[in-house]
Amino acid sequence: MSDTAGENPSEERPETSELREAREATERAPALGMKTENLSAFYGSFKAVADVYMNIQANKVTALIGPSGCGKSTFLRCLNRMHEVIPSAYAKGCVKLGDQDIYTRETDPVQIRRRIGMVFQKPNPFSKSIYENVAWGARINGYKGDMNELVERSLRQAAIWEEVKDRLKMSGLGLSGGQQQRLCIARTLAVEPEVILMDEPASALDPVSTQKIEDTMHELKKRYTVVIVTHNMQQAARISDYTGFFYIENMGDPGRLWEFDETNKVFATPERKETEDYVTGRFG
Amino acid sequence: MTQQSDMRAAQKGGSEGRAVFKTSRAVRYALDRLFTGLVFVAAIIGLVVLTVLLVDIAWDGVPRLSWDFITNFSSASPARAGIYPALLGSLWLLLLTAIVSVPLAVGAAVYLEEYANDNWINRLIEVNISNLAGIPSIIYGLLGLGIFVNLLGSITGGRSIISGALTLSLLVLPVIIIATREALRAIPDSVREGGYALGATRWEMIRDHLLPMAVPGALTGTILALSRAIGETAPLIVVGAATFITFAPHSPFDEYSALPIQIFDFISRPQEAFQVNAAAGIVILMIVLLLTNSVAIWLRNKYQRRG
Repeated sequence: MSDTAGENPSEERPETSELREAREATERAPALGMKTENLSAFYGSFKAVADVYMNIQANKVTALIGPSGCGKSTFLRCLNRMHEVIPSAYAKGCVKLGDQDIYTRETDPVQIRRRIGMVFQKPNPFSKSIYENVAWGARINGYKGDMNELVERSLRQAAIWEEVKDRLKMSGLGLSGGQQQRLCIARTLAVEPEVILMDEPASALDPVSTQKIEDTMHELKKRYTVVIVTHNMQQAARISDYTGFFYIENMGDPGRLWEFDETNKVFATPERKETEDYVTGRFG
Repeated sequence: MTQQSDMRAAQKGGSEGRAVFKTSRAVRYALDRLFTGLVFVAAIIGLVVLTVLLVDIAWDGVPRLSWDFITNFSSASPARAGIYPALLGSLWLLLLTAIVSVPLAVGAAVYLEEYANDNWINRLIEVNISNLAGIPSIIYGLLGLGIFVNLLGSITGGRSIISGALTLSLLVLPVIIIATREALRAIPDSVREGGYALGATRWEMIRDHLLPMAVPGALTGTILALSRAIGETAPLIVVGAATFITFAPHSPFDEYSALPIQIFDFISRPQEAFQVNAAAGIVILMIVLLLTNSVAIWLRNKYQRRG
């Protein structure tokens, strides 16, 4: 026997980043789904969203569509307790991350917001360097590992690493709109959430950037649960597995979840008339 | 030529129902030039008056400047009189006022802007801070006399630099608070949301994002505040700054004088030579002011470039 018999043959090859990613993907716990039961959201005395029951599947993309002002964004913000940041805004009902009710008195909203990340409609990178933008969230949440590696990995996952790897020290505000939004996605990924919420992430961007972000979402759902609010129905049809249609009956009513099903069912054979009118473009 | 085509278009327009724009372009452009000139003159007047004042002072004062002017104590003879204790006193006051007022003011502004709810108490506080900025400075002097010199005399040492600095701090606090609040208010909510969405506490978000972005505005307020503080005379006299002092202050608890007071003293004396001393004192005061402002502006630019 040769004297290398005891060596593990796979140690001879240095682990490439793809191999490491694959290994880490299997080592991570699978992402969690979410559930809302009888969720209503208020701005002071005004009821914006009423009685939503929704089952958000893990590792799937759920799209929320509907006409303007019917509470999609409000509902989304209730999922990670961002809604209550607005003064006099509150939510009633039950929201579960996995099996855990996130609105109990003991739950720490700060922790919830790390585990359920959010990307906003208008890109809002911090006025710091690109590196700091990604690293800051991880650092304040106590990340103890190799920060350079985390920043690179997050920027790669957001499909922006190649464009910024030579200028990590430059300000995040110097990027184009599409790049800024991908930077915002990267910093959300850096804190290792389980669910990612996106509020019309591509609506302010050009078609090329939109395409890049949609491609990113296909990759993201392998590791995370994604919920996206979108006005673009073609986008919802392209990227989502499930779709929820929100609707307001009369002016001043709260928004309700009118229909929720697998995407191809909602678009091809919707059950309710209003859904069909909306997805076929009769109103919007 | 264009006049005629205008008229033709007007005639055509009448029959087609389109709007007709009759104008005298000459008059409009003349008025435009007139008002440009007027506002230019308005700006220049302020600048010219300031320049004349400064040149006049410098003309009288600069020849008197010398090393022993800065290092001498006051004296009955104008040639031997210097501003040393007053200069030291002003520098001490400037430093202590900055140390006390800036953290207090920034803290108050952060509380009022980020933590306080929008109820009547806080609206009352807001209105009163603006009022405080306009109160005559001698009233602050009386307040300082009552509290810092008399009531807390055992801690502050009575008529000491620290009493003067605390009084000046109260005086300039509203200015810095207002400037810092404006700076915080100018930061869009999207920055705060971005911070919260990453799982940050409110303090972490304020410390790492809002405060750095508010530094330029806060520094501007500080510049204004310190410029006001260095020139204050009446409140300092009330809290016990001396006009004639024979020693240089060594600690915050010592008695002291200040440049404006020394200048006032020089001016009150009959000899012509003392008027020259006063002018020289003013020049020194302006130099100290310029240096302080330059430091603050340099700091402000550093933070603006970083962002």
